[in-house]
This record gives sequence, structure tokens and C-alpha cells, in this order.
Amino acid sequence: MSKKLRIATTSLAGCFGCHMSLLDIDERLFPLLDLVEFDRSPLTDIKHCGPCDIGIIEGGICNAENVHVLHEFRKNCKILIAIGACAVTGGLPAQRNHLDLGSCLTEVYLTEPGLAHGHIPNDPELPLPLDKVHPLHEVVKIDYFIPGCPPSGDAIWKFLTDLIAGKTPELGHGLIKYD
Amino acid sequence: MTGTFQLDGANIPFEPGQTVMQAALAAGRYIPHLCYHPEFKPHGSCKVCTVKVNGRTMASCTMPAEAGLKVESNIEELNGLRRTLVQMLFVEGNHFCPSCEASGNCQLQATAYALQVMTPHYNQFFPDRPLDASHPDILLDYNRCILCELCVRASSEVDGKNVFGLSGRGITKHLIVNAESGLLKDTGMALTDKAMQVCPVGVILKKGQGFSVPIGERRYDQRPVSAQALDDAPRPADASGSCAACEGSS
Repeated sequence: MSKKLRIATTSLAGCFGCHMSLLDIDERLFPLLDLVEFDRSPLTDIKHCGPCDIGIIEGGICNAENVHVLHEFRKNCKILIAIGACAVTGGLPAQRNHLDLGSCLTEVYLTEPGLAHGHIPNDPELPLPLDKVHPLHEVVKIDYFIPGCPPSGDAIWKFLTDLIAGKTPELGHGLIKYD
Repeated sequence: MTGTFQLDGANIPFEPGQTVMQAALAAGRYIPHLCYHPEFKPHGSCKVCTVKVNGRTMASCTMPAEAGLKVESNIEELNGLRRTLVQMLFVEGNHFCPSCEASGNCQLQATAYALQVMTPHYNQFFPDRPLDASHPDILLDYNRCILCELCVRASSEVDGKNVFGLSGRGITKHLIVNAESGLLKDTGMALTDKAMQVCPVGVILKKGQGFSVPIGERRYDQRPVSAQALDDAPRPADASGSCAACEGSS
């Protein structure tokens, strides 16, 4: 048998819903694991990405750490896939993009009722938020996109098995979804 | 003049006065489109229905059918251009499908599915477009407008109310409400208006209807837009060529 493909996954400004959907391929995880092995991923708890064949990224870019992780993936992965509405379009976090970031933070942490003595979090360990949320393709080159919020387990399975088989991945009616 | 023209190599019959789009749909051939609606005069603005007629690009919804035309539609060159047009519509507005009540009933979304649009590709504008929730029964969400003018046409031509209009030029063009306040509550708009039924996206919405039809059971969840568009198209009703659906709407 040929060498297994190495896959890394991560969630940036996402909700882990796309990772849950990856688990929704259910018992097909076993045939998948005959073909691939996981590098950095919430499934392995490996903290940094080594050289990989495929990187799968959920979530958009909303803070400085997201940018570093995205560059780490791009540097190490031959093929980079944006999965889900947030990675592909910015998604829910990007709904703040028409608002001023300073006003958002002020309203959420200072002026909302019930927030007496509140302050805008400033711990040095917290990554700095970006003024706008960006989909992945605005920051690095993305090779493939799987839209959906989240894409179904069936869509992820079809896409990955096409890709691993060396075919151009194609999602037909019912599998390509933006909602 | 009655006769046939060629569409992607197939012979398509047409009746006098029909456009390439009308004849193609009546013959069961789908050409992707957004601003065209079988009950309204062709508008020719979205350009998604662009075809090659004898080698020249034309909007099939406004191009009169003529005997002997050689029309190409379902070719990668044109589908690539259609994909680009749809992607530009997505990035110009705020089309956040996961929170949109029109998702699954949306012609823009369904057309993008049919064209295999996997990414918006371009940088998104994220424009700031406030909602108009002033009307007791109707919500206007300007974030999703694609400027097809179907509501403008329906309100003036069918409802006789002239509630909607387009204002501005080029990238500043936008949908407006014809009231001094600019608010829908100060117009005669009602739920029974034709303008309520024609929005191909999620701009004009009936209030209090959120998720009454679950995601997964909506119009384009059942069948792709290519099949729905053929059902919606007027067909010749009898051998004489008269078409009840066409006459009823003219």
C-alpha cells in the first residue's frame, strides 16, 4: 500500500461546527483512516503543523494569532482547503465588518447595562483582534473551498474521497450548500 | 416568423415574437438567468443569460429568436463568465446565507449552486446597509439586493403603486422606496402585492414567517434551479401555438 496522506486541520474564527461535521462521516472515518493520518488537529492535539499533503481550515481570520496559524498551514501543506461559511466568506464573525471595532468593544465591555467596572480585556496572552474579519483567500492562496454552515458529512466525504482519488472534487445538487 | 434555431446543437422551435430565452425554456432547455421573469418584459441587466449568437455575445432574454441562429450557451467559456458575474453579486452585497430567511428559496443562491460557485473569489465589500423594518407586515433587507428591478417592475406594472425605484449610478446604485421618508410604512405596499412575490433573493420578506418551512425542504432544496425554471416557464398550451400562461400575464 502506498504511503498514507498526512492531513492537518484547525479552527480559526470558527465554532468547530465544521469539525463536528467531519465527524459526521461516522463509520466512514475507518476507511478514511486507511488512507490518511492526522498531523496538527483538534483530533490529535498536536500543537504545530509539520509537512502535510492536505490542510483543512475552518473559520475566518479575526485576530493576529489566526494569521500566524494560517501562514503555518500554508507553509506546510501542499493543498489548503477552506471549509465552511466562515473560512470561505468570513461568515458570522464577519457580520461585525460594517461596524467600528472600537465601538463594538466599548459597547460589549463598557457601556452595556450590568457591566459596572468592566474593562476591555488586555491580557498580553490574548491575540489582538483585527479591525475586519477576512475569509482565508484574502490572506493566503487557497486551493479548494467547501462552502456550507456547516457542509454536511456527506459533502465532506465526497470532497475528500474525490481529492484523495486524484479527481477534481465536485459537489452536485444537494451537497453544495451555503446554509 | 416561425422556425427553428440551434441551441448547443439542438433544434429549438420558436413562435413569432419569442426571445431566445423564451423559446429555449419552452423547449425544456435551461439558460441561467436572474433578472428575467416569465411574467415580465425582458430587462437584460444581469447578463447572466449571456449566450453566443453566431459567435457574438448577446443577452438571450432580449435577443429575438430568428430562424437559423446558431446559439451556444452551456459551454465552459460562458459558464465561467456567469460564475464571475454571480461572484461579483455576492461580494457587492452582504449575502450571509446561514442567517437568511430566503436561503433555499433564493434564485441567486440556486444559480450559484448550478454554476458550482464554491467561493466568492473576490474581496468582499461588506457594505453598511441598514434594514427597513418600519412596515407592520413586511421587512426590507437591502443587504441582499441584486438590482434586478423585478420589484420595481411588479409594483409599477402590476400593482400600479410604484413603491420601488433604483437610485444612483454605477457602484452607488441602490434600491429606494418612493416615499418622502424613504420608509416602506409610508407607501401603499401590502402583502397581497405582486411586488411581494417576485424578489429572487431575500430583500422583501413577510414578517413573522421565519423558518415556517425548514431548511432542506425549500424550493431549490427539492430540485435544482434548472428544473424549477422550466416548470415556471410558459409552455405552448395546444397545437395552435397559443399559450394560456403567456396571455394571462401580458
